[in-house]
Amino acid sequence: MELALNQSKGRKPATVSKAVASANGKEAEPGWAQGLRSLYKAVVDEPLPPSFDDLLKKLDERSDG
Amino acid sequence: MDEPAQPDASSLDAFKRELLSVLPHLRAFARGLSGRPDQADDLVQETAMKAWAARDRYTPGTNMRAWTFTILRNHFLSELRRSHRQVEYDPQLAERLLSMEADQEEGLHLADMERALQQLSPERREALMLVGASGFSYEEAAEICGCAIGTIKSRVARGRAALVTMLDSSPEASAELPDEAAQARPFEAAEDRAA
Repeated sequence: MELALNQSKGRKPATVSKAVASANGKEAEPGWAQGLRSLYKAVVDEPLPPSFDDLLKKLDERSDG
Repeated sequence: MDEPAQPDASSLDAFKRELLSVLPHLRAFARGLSGRPDQADDLVQETAMKAWAARDRYTPGTNMRAWTFTILRNHFLSELRRSHRQVEYDPQLAERLLSMEADQEEGLHLADMERALQQLSPERREALMLVGASGFSYEEAAEICGCAIGTIKSRVARGRAALVTMLDSSPEASAELPDEAAQARPFEAAEDRAA
């Protein structure tokens, strides 16, 4: 089975159920809605990348001042 | 000790804590808008600095997420206009997306979802990210985008229909894809500025 769908590094090939989307075609509520939410949540759950260190430091300095 | 002109340290701390707590949400929203992780994170950092600079305009106790999302999307749009970056429709990519979907039995990959999202016009993408992904109400989303509630509703409905079409593996459905995706274009100022 092919999982290499251009996954960016470090991200697991997360999946969501497509059962309902396939089952009732046009009104496929849960398919797209769950997909969107999962997509969003996947990023929310990521730890902040190191590129944010500077920003966090700046905010720290400013509120101490 | 406290100087009258300056907000006290505890309210600054509270602001900072709130701002930090929405960073993961800003990242998720930005990722959906731009589709490029690096660009999205830049956007978030710039948004955080703008929010910090504008902290006097934030009313404590109101919705920090909505407030910062507004800053982020406005910033995203002005960057989009400034760079004249077109949202490109790539027919081959769309084709690959559809054939991959047809091969998959057990699940919808988030990467595919992300790709399908990027095929939408920016305003539909934004509406779906706000209402479908971040869980804002239509009213809140309308406020964030500075447009009418009906406009948001229609963007969500059309965006959703397009997503379903793209994620649906049936061949007849795929025939509609190019029409939808071909409409992908940068936001139009007139439409979005109409308050």
